[in-house]
Amino acid sequence: MDNDEFVISMLVNNEAGVLTRVSGLFARRDFNIDSLSVGVTEQPGLSRITITAHGDDYLKDQIIKQLAKLQDVKVVKPMPFNNSVMRELLLIKVQADRDTRSALLEAASVFRAKVVDLKSDSIILEITGERSKCEAFIEYLRPYGIVELCRTGLTSISRGLKPLKDSKSFVEENSAKE
Amino acid sequence: MKITGAELIIRALISEGVDCVFGYPGGAVLNIYDELYKFSAQIKHIATCHEQGAVHAADGYARVSGKVGVVIATSGPGATNLVTGIANAYLDSVPLVAITGNVACPFIGKDSFQEVDITGVTMPITKHNYIVKDVNRLGDVIHQAFAIARSGRPGPVLIDIPKDVQQCECEYVEYIHQPAPVATNGRSTLRKAAEQINDCKRPYIYIGGGVIKSNATEELLEFADRIDAPIGSSMMGLAAVPHDHPRFLGMTGMHGKYAASQILAESDLLIAIGTRFSDRATGNKTEFTKGKKVIHIDIDPSEIGKNIPAYVALLGDVKTVLQQLLAGVKQRNRPSWRQAVQAIKDSSDNRLEMPPDQLNPETVIKAVRRHASDDTVVCTDVGQHQMWTAQYYDFSRPRTFITSGGLGAMGFGMGAAIGACFGTGGRKTILFTSDGSFHMNMNELATAVSNQLPLVIVLLNNNALGMVRQWQAMFFEQRYSNTSLARRTDYVRLAEAMGAVGFKVDTLSQLEPALAKAFAETGPVLIEVTIDQDAKVLPMIPPNGTIHDIILKA
Repeated sequence: MDNDEFVISMLVNNEAGVLTRVSGLFARRDFNIDSLSVGVTEQPGLSRITITAHGDDYLKDQIIKQLAKLQDVKVVKPMPFNNSVMRELLLIKVQADRDTRSALLEAASVFRAKVVDLKSDSIILEITGERSKCEAFIEYLRPYGIVELCRTGLTSISRGLKPLKDSKSFVEENSAKE
Repeated sequence: MKITGAELIIRALISEGVDCVFGYPGGAVLNIYDELYKFSAQIKHIATCHEQGAVHAADGYARVSGKVGVVIATSGPGATNLVTGIANAYLDSVPLVAITGNVACPFIGKDSFQEVDITGVTMPITKHNYIVKDVNRLGDVIHQAFAIARSGRPGPVLIDIPKDVQQCECEYVEYIHQPAPVATNGRSTLRKAAEQINDCKRPYIYIGGGVIKSNATEELLEFADRIDAPIGSSMMGLAAVPHDHPRFLGMTGMHGKYAASQILAESDLLIAIGTRFSDRATGNKTEFTKGKKVIHIDIDPSEIGKNIPAYVALLGDVKTVLQQLLAGVKQRNRPSWRQAVQAIKDSSDNRLEMPPDQLNPETVIKAVRRHASDDTVVCTDVGQHQMWTAQYYDFSRPRTFITSGGLGAMGFGMGAAIGACFGTGGRKTILFTSDGSFHMNMNELATAVSNQLPLVIVLLNNNALGMVRQWQAMFFEQRYSNTSLARRTDYVRLAEAMGAVGFKVDTLSQLEPALAKAFAETGPVLIEVTIDQDAKVLPMIPPNGTIHDIILKA
């Protein structure tokens, strides 16, 4: 993890165009993001988007404030690294012949990756973990010849009972506490 | 009772208090226009010459009245012609609802005739937008759109309604949305701000358009008296404080008054109220706040720290926040600061006057002011004439200065002035424009004539795109690329041909008689005033500059 990396999760209305609103905001405000993942939640009308980006506090502050202004964004929160579970899924296709196959299977076992496809000349491995684990796995496999890989982008959930939907809205958060 | 989508639109507008809309009919809004015909006793519709004129009119209407402006346009080109006007309302935080028709749902995505994805196009320039494909959602969406447009920091909302949705029947129950909650401040934050204000030595109040939107002039003046501070204004804040108020220094920034910028530079506490620190107002952002703390009051949390870091941020409606602050700040008397302020105000650098015995922008604007009353609305286009109006016109009441600030859209003026006439219930309205800006949307003179609007158009003609020419003179070694246009337009005959009255003023002695006749007319009048091509807007702080870089003389 880079020092200036941060993760933001948000709940958004599950409607056509919402992802465009969110990603369009990043483009027009010149916010560079590293990954974005989106999926449905336990609540029928809401999707959850998780983004990772890196930059200073100014950038993080502006990203959160500008996202909070979008009508379709219901909750937006930075996810603390020390109190959240963060996971990413990696699918990686590596060249594998009779000579290298057993070494690759051994690596998969050490990294606790799953073999999801095996052909006479290739292997597809699946791994979930924090970003650093995925990156270590990729680096380890590089000498064997990576054919292609794809990653889902990070998704994140906080530890403990309280769900994201019970977080205070941006306005509540910025309102009188006394 | 079942009604059609089109009828629902009109009923929803009426229940939102709308009695005047601007627009242009077309294929995809025929059903809406049919209902406008039926409801013409309740809603007046003003048909402009071009959708851009209609959206600027809705904008001008909203600014003078404080109500939500409404514009209607058809699909495709009708919708895209709104884009500049929507962006203009977005950048100046003007409450606006734009209703566009679109092709029927089964034709969407097929590149059908006059089909454009207008929600996609306007996504970056609206607070929010909708395409309504289910007539049962239409009522809710319209009321939500009004709530969003007028709540918090106001802004434009677009609703795209396919033709078949306008034709479908549905049930409709009238209701009004509750406004969204706005952030408020904790006691500790208010205390921290009050302490800074009580303990500072050289406070400076810097106001923006938020003071006008919040109708907070009274609270502002009480606050300034209480803490004994001078007031400078961004262009958007002009007219919030009467020009002759002893605490008022005028406009700050690129073409602001010398004193307004110099005194700001010497202050130790900047209290910024309802302003977003535009680059045109601040110049170099690091130098702008050097040696001072900033208290930033704004309704939009994302403005806090966006352009200028705040030492204390107070969120909320300006009027409310000022009332809260007034409860905590002490009466102060700062004679030495007052003296320093007065000395700068009285310095010769603060008195850049044009010769009073010549026909020049200042003599023209001052002469027009003498014919106007305190509540006369003054609109402008964009360029040198706009800055001269901001500098030389003596504004007395909030909502009397209507200008395109953030977007700087040439062509804004004609539409805005038409909207202002309707928004004030037909009061005399002045438009300062120029040969460049007027040529952009002069077609709307026809709209002013059709409606016999009490509009006095003062066109400063320097036969050039003056502001760009000024930059070419100052920063591009007088290479006047495409700014000397050699138009041969005869404005008097043009005005007459379009059904208005026209005057031409070439000398100072012709000015008064022309103005006297113009202000006596009940319908639209155009006065062309010839000015020097090399007249400059001064002072000028070059882009990203500071008060030390100020150019006082040409």
